[in-house]
Amino acid sequence: MNWILKTMDKMRPTFSKGGKLGWLHSTYDAFETFAAVPATTTTGRVHIKDAVDIKRVMIVVVMALMPAFCFGMWNTGDQHSLAFGLQWGFWMKVWYGFYRILPLILVSYIVGLGIEFAVAQVRGHEVNEGYLVTGFIIPLIMPIDIPLWVLALAVAFAVIFGKEIFGGTGMNIWNPALLARAFVFFAYPSTITGDSVWIGGLGKHADKVVDGFSGATPLAQVADGIAGAPDFMQMFIGNIPGSVGETSTIAILLGAILLIWTGVASWKIMVSCVAGALAVGFLANGLAEPGTFAAYPAVNHLVMGGFAFGAVFMATDPVSSAQTETGKWIYGFLIGAMCVILRLFNPGYREGMMLAILLMNTMAPLIDWCVVRKNVRRREKRAVAK
Amino acid sequence: METIRLRKGLNLHLKGEAQKKVLQTLVPEVVSVKPSDFRNMVPKLLVAEGDAVKAGQFLFSDKKRPQIGFASPVSGTVKAIVRGEKRKLLAVEVAADKETSYVQFEPLTVSKASRQEIQKVLLESGLWAGIIQRPYGIIANPEDTPKAIVISAFNSAPLAADINFTLKNDADAMQIAVDALSKFTNGKIYVNLDAETGNGSPLNLLRNVEKTMFKGPHPAGNVGVQINHLCPIGKGEIVWTIQPHFLAAMGKLISKGIYDVSRLVAVTGPRAVNPGYVKCVPGVHIKDLRAAAGSVDSENIYGQPTGIRFVSGNPLNGENVGADGSLDFYDDSVTFLSEGNYRELFGWAKIFRPKKFSMSRSYFSWLCPKKQYSADTNVNGGERAFIVSGVYDKVLPMDIYPVYLLKAILAEDIEKMEQFGIYEVIGEDFALCEYVDPSKIEIQKIIDKGIDLMLKEMA
Repeated sequence: MNWILKTMDKMRPTFSKGGKLGWLHSTYDAFETFAAVPATTTTGRVHIKDAVDIKRVMIVVVMALMPAFCFGMWNTGDQHSLAFGLQWGFWMKVWYGFYRILPLILVSYIVGLGIEFAVAQVRGHEVNEGYLVTGFIIPLIMPIDIPLWVLALAVAFAVIFGKEIFGGTGMNIWNPALLARAFVFFAYPSTITGDSVWIGGLGKHADKVVDGFSGATPLAQVADGIAGAPDFMQMFIGNIPGSVGETSTIAILLGAILLIWTGVASWKIMVSCVAGALAVGFLANGLAEPGTFAAYPAVNHLVMGGFAFGAVFMATDPVSSAQTETGKWIYGFLIGAMCVILRLFNPGYREGMMLAILLMNTMAPLIDWCVVRKNVRRREKRAVAK
Repeated sequence: METIRLRKGLNLHLKGEAQKKVLQTLVPEVVSVKPSDFRNMVPKLLVAEGDAVKAGQFLFSDKKRPQIGFASPVSGTVKAIVRGEKRKLLAVEVAADKETSYVQFEPLTVSKASRQEIQKVLLESGLWAGIIQRPYGIIANPEDTPKAIVISAFNSAPLAADINFTLKNDADAMQIAVDALSKFTNGKIYVNLDAETGNGSPLNLLRNVEKTMFKGPHPAGNVGVQINHLCPIGKGEIVWTIQPHFLAAMGKLISKGIYDVSRLVAVTGPRAVNPGYVKCVPGVHIKDLRAAAGSVDSENIYGQPTGIRFVSGNPLNGENVGADGSLDFYDDSVTFLSEGNYRELFGWAKIFRPKKFSMSRSYFSWLCPKKQYSADTNVNGGERAFIVSGVYDKVLPMDIYPVYLLKAILAEDIEKMEQFGIYEVIGEDFALCEYVDPSKIEIQKIIDKGIDLMLKEMA
């Protein structure tokens, strides 16, 4: 293994400031620190440091996304074979999914990391690891048939306007992955709405589809009338049309367990998000006339659409969520509540999770301000009381 | 006795804890007294090379507060005045006599002595520097009357000296000191004991003080954390703190009239061969302590040779003094750590990383909570912006929002710094925050910067 270190020693002068390729030093550093933890030592009065770093945190999130990703690959193949009446076996479905998702992931990483590396180079910073996660999430929340050029534009928009203009990972206000989705939704709505985009090849080969196959997502079906929608269990397992990685609640839950166990994502946000959705859901159930969307069982909201994926992977983004522990409860609850409200009262666009999270990302600093303000008040009173 | 239970914090188990035995009573050839040990102090030199000095005689004083002076801990001859860039005074080196002769101050009987008399002997001997005020962690102002005096009877930091051992015979001297200090405040003198071992503490024998037990992981022994729970500091309020070994020295000064700051110093760390205690004065050279405890001079980590870092203090709050350095005025331990100037292939990507400890469950060190680690000075990653939230709160048992305070300091917003608690903290309280930070931000330096800013603004 030492040959890697030796090779790096040989290459470093070329990429250092003053070297032939000195202008690429941030890029080189990114690869070098990826391959080996650097030899930097502490300089302050704290002489030792914990083993964890941002790379580790980010890789845990990527691992947590794996079940949803793997299920998404299979489901992409499964939905395709259902739509076209193909008698595919398990591996054929996985292969088809892999073959369709790989380009999305490549585009996402090449465009996104390209911009990240360029910006780091211009600023003279180290390359941030944040995009390793963002770049993996973006393909998972897109329809499988999204044109690659739209995806590339969305990624560029998200990285530049979602992150870099604020100063990079850690400074952004909105979750960059969701911003990419919002960009597609508002700029190219036809590529992300309707019944034909959620299943691979459905748009192009609509004539070959099996009779009676609609391709509509459960959320769209339910919004059109509760009858005919898949049952809770099917949505929980996730072999339904939808964005690549967000259909299977059970796969997302596996990721959630890893995130909560390692402490990387806040369980408070996840729990309060579910509580918020159920609160509004049950309230609507209580008030609604039978047969309307509002009467649709509240519990089903948790397994439909992007709710579970959003609650586990995007509402919990530590940068754009509330920072205080009390704030996290409020923030999560409002996301869940807002998501169901949007689903029930917004006939134009039933998927409320994206907008709910982006809205609460915007509100998170305000929530934190109130929480911190309370602390400041208490501390001031304490001084007066003595 | 009340017990305050703290749940937040982290105990680190490191290799090289000092054995409870005295290795040596060190008679140094040379000691160095450094102005940099004293925060926010500009020194005025009072001696010249070749001068003969006694223990308790000033070497330099504070330009801003000339009544506060800094004394030689030994008798001997001023060997060298060490200066750095722009003739900045770095250290005064004193070649020590074999037998220490002391400046003789007048012994006092505490019950009869007034505050003025006690203050006079503390100031004239140089022992006043042992009294630290909060806010800011600087030497107390003799004109102030603090609202309380708080003493932590234990140090919960990893590899710190065990006060139950180092001061076991000094209860009487410490009693004299707390009786003397009680004349300086209208409030209480708090003595805070470790809930686990406090019953055996020499400070548990003290009378006329308010005793409290603190139960919980580090930083439960940090006096700043204790103040936050006992008598929080608001704007304009002052609390004094003093380390137990200075109490012992103060007791000796008042009863015998001599400036004797010798103490038992823990020589610790993974690179110490025979970690234990050495009786010596502050200012002794690291090389003498190194000779007493031995050091592991060559060690490979991941196949790469690493040097030794010599820290005066503990690994979470100490100064890198180097092999030619000396023991700081306030410290009662030194730590020999491995320099972490090695590279670890795919370290962050390994599933198991048995040589490294992490509070994060993304590694598996939680499986063996009692394992001792051979910590080194590698940063274990690159510096990033504040990304992960909530991790700092887990190790800061104070009613403070750490990230908000840190950001207020970075923005140099004095009003917000006041609101978020700058008066209550010093760097050591944030040491664990810096330790656990995955973004590898130098948090202690930010706090220090904030305190410097406050001192400048308030001056």
